[in-house]
Amino acid sequence: MATVIDLARTPVRELNQALHSPEDTSWRVLNPRGAHAVACGIREDLAVDIEGHVGYYCAGMNQRATVTVHGNAGTGVAENMMSGTVRVRGNASQSAGATAHGGLLVIDGDASARCGISMKGVDIVVGGNIGHMSAFMGQAGRLVVCGDAGDALGDSLYEARVYVRGRVKSLGADCVEKEMRGEHLAELAELLKSAERDEDPAEFRRYGSARELYHFKVDNTASY
Amino acid sequence: MEPASHGLRESATFDRATIHAIQRAAETGIYDIRGWGAKRRLPHFDDLLLLGASMSRYPLEGYRERCDTDVVLGTRHAKHPLRLATPVTIAGMSFGALSAQAKEALGRGAGEVGTSTTTGDGGMTPEERGHSKHLVYQYLPSRYGMNPDDLRSADAIEVVLGQGAKPGGGGMLLGQKITERVAGMRTLPVGIDQRSACRHPDWTGPDDLAIKILELREITDWEKPIYVKVGATRTYYDVKLAVHAGADVVVVDGMQGGTAATQDVFIEHVGIPTLAALPQAVRALRELGVHRQVQLVVSGGIRGGADMAKALALGADAVAIGTAALIALGDNHPRYDAAYRRLGSAAGYFDDFQDGRDPAGISTQDEELAARLDPVEAGRRLANYLRVMTMEAQTLARACGKAHLLHLEPEDLVALTIESAAMARVPLAGTDWIPGEGL
Repeated sequence: MATVIDLARTPVRELNQALHSPEDTSWRVLNPRGAHAVACGIREDLAVDIEGHVGYYCAGMNQRATVTVHGNAGTGVAENMMSGTVRVRGNASQSAGATAHGGLLVIDGDASARCGISMKGVDIVVGGNIGHMSAFMGQAGRLVVCGDAGDALGDSLYEARVYVRGRVKSLGADCVEKEMRGEHLAELAELLKSAERDEDPAEFRRYGSARELYHFKVDNTASY
Repeated sequence: MEPASHGLRESATFDRATIHAIQRAAETGIYDIRGWGAKRRLPHFDDLLLLGASMSRYPLEGYRERCDTDVVLGTRHAKHPLRLATPVTIAGMSFGALSAQAKEALGRGAGEVGTSTTTGDGGMTPEERGHSKHLVYQYLPSRYGMNPDDLRSADAIEVVLGQGAKPGGGGMLLGQKITERVAGMRTLPVGIDQRSACRHPDWTGPDDLAIKILELREITDWEKPIYVKVGATRTYYDVKLAVHAGADVVVVDGMQGGTAATQDVFIEHVGIPTLAALPQAVRALRELGVHRQVQLVVSGGIRGGADMAKALALGADAVAIGTAALIALGDNHPRYDAAYRRLGSAAGYFDDFQDGRDPAGISTQDEELAARLDPVEAGRRLANYLRVMTMEAQTLARACGKAHLLHLEPEDLVALTIESAAMARVPLAGTDWIPGEGL
C-alpha cells in the first residue's frame, strides 16, 4: 500500500519534505491541481504516482525515483534530472527535460517547444509530436520522437542524438540528417522498449550535429 | 623622438588604442574578444568623498573603539542565512575560466577572513567546495555541471540573469581552455569553442522566475539563501522584479565588472556604471519596504576600502570583488612582465584571460602555467588584501562616527562632479545641490 498525500489538504512543502526523508518507497499524490514543483529534488529509489495535472518543474532534478504523472505536466517537467524515470501519461508543456543529465523521461502525448533543450545525457521518448526549438544546444543523450517535430529541430546541437519518426518541419543551425546504421537501430529499439513503445525503429530518421559551429569562424557569421 | 615634444598631437577621437583596433579588425576580420571589464573612464566611487566628523558629528577612536563589520545575507526566507565576518565577498568566476589552483586560492583567502566565494559557469569543483568556508553556487542558463548534490552542499544559490561586463550576453570559453576535465564537467567535446546560452532554458520573465525560485527552495528544503544577480542596466525595475520573484539577496553588477571572455565592444558599450546602478537598486528596495531585509550586494570595479565604504553608505549591504581578487592572487604582477610582453601585452595591461596562456597561472588550464600559482600563498595574499580593505573601510566609518560599517549612510557622502551627484543622489561638494532636485 502506497502512502497517500492529498494536495487538496496538504501543502506541496510537506509533500516534498516527506519525499526527501521518505518513510515509504511507494507514494500516491492526489489532487495536484496544477501545483508547481511537485515531487522535485527526490534522491531515493521511490515510486511516486501523481493523479492529475501538475504545474511547472514536476520531478525537477530527480535522482533515482520513478515519478509518473497521470495527467499533463507544465513547463520544465524533469528539468535537470540526474537519474531515474519520469513518465507523463498526458502532454507536456515547454522545456520538458531541460538540461537533464541522465535518466529516462517518457511523454506519452505531445511535448511543446524546447523539449530537451540543453539536454546533457538524458534519454527522452515522446509518443506524439514536439514543438519548435527542441534539443536546442543539446549536449548529450537521446531524443526520440514518435510523431512530428516542429521548426528548428536541434539548433546549435552538440553531441545529443535525435530520432524522429514523422515529419520534421525544419532543422536548426548545424543540425543535419545522418545515416541510420545498425548501432543506431539497436539503441533506438532499446529506447523504445524502455519507454514501452511498439514503433518500428526502421521507420525513424536520425539527426545530429554537423559540428560546423564548434569553433568561431568568420565564415559562420551568417549561421548565428 | 617623442612625438608630442615635436608638436604632434594625438587625436582624442582616434587615439592609439582606437587606431590599433581598426587595424586589427582590418587584418583579422573578427571582433576582439578579451577578459577584464570596461576600461574606459567612468563615473565611479572616486567621484564621491566621505564627510568625516567634526562639530556636528562625533567620531570614534581609531584604535580603541569598535567598528563592527559582520553582515548577514539571506534573512528573508532562508533557514540558514549566510553570516559573513566582513561585507566583501568574492564574485562568481568559473573553474574553466580560472585554474583549479586559482579557485582553491579564492576559497582559502575568503575562508580565512570569514567571507564567501562563488562558483561560476562551469559547476562546482571539490577543490573550491573543500576550501571555501561559505560557497555560493551559481545557477546559470547553461546549467553546466548543475546537479542537486552540489546544490545541497552550497551555502547559498545565486540565480544569474546577467553580469555587468555583458548584460544580455551568454558565456564564452574558447577551445584552448576546454581541457578534458573542463569538458567533462560541462558535458562538452574537448577543445571546442564553448558558447553558453544567454537565456535560461526553462523559464522566461519574472513570473516564471518566481516559480523557479520556489522549485530551488523546495529542492533544498528552504535552507539556502537565494540570490538573484543582474547586470546593471534597468536596475530600478530589475531589482523590483527580483524582489517580487522572491529573492533573498539581489546582486547588482556594474559595467566595470570583469569577465573571462567577451567581445570588447560588448564590455565597453553595454550596461551602466556601478555608481549609477547602486542608488537605483536602493530606491527600488526602499519603495518596496525591504531595504536591509532583502540584502543588496554590489560589484563592478570595487578596488579597496574606500569603494566599499562608499557603496555601503549608498545603501549596499555588501560588495563583491572579482578583478581585484585576481590581482591580489598575482594577476598582472610585474614579476611576469617579460612573459606578458612575449604575449604582446605588459604587466598592468594583460586582459587576454580568454586565451589560456596567463603567465601568472590564474586564467589558464595549462598545467605547467597553473602550477606557478601556489594556492596557499595566493590565498594568503587574498586574505591580506581583504583584511586591508576591511580595515580601510573601518577607518573611514569610524571617522564618520559609525560603530558598524552598515551604519554609513548617504548623508556621509558628497560628490565631486555634477554627473556623480546626479547618479548617486548626493549633493555636489560644498553645495546643497543634487541635480534634478531643485535649489
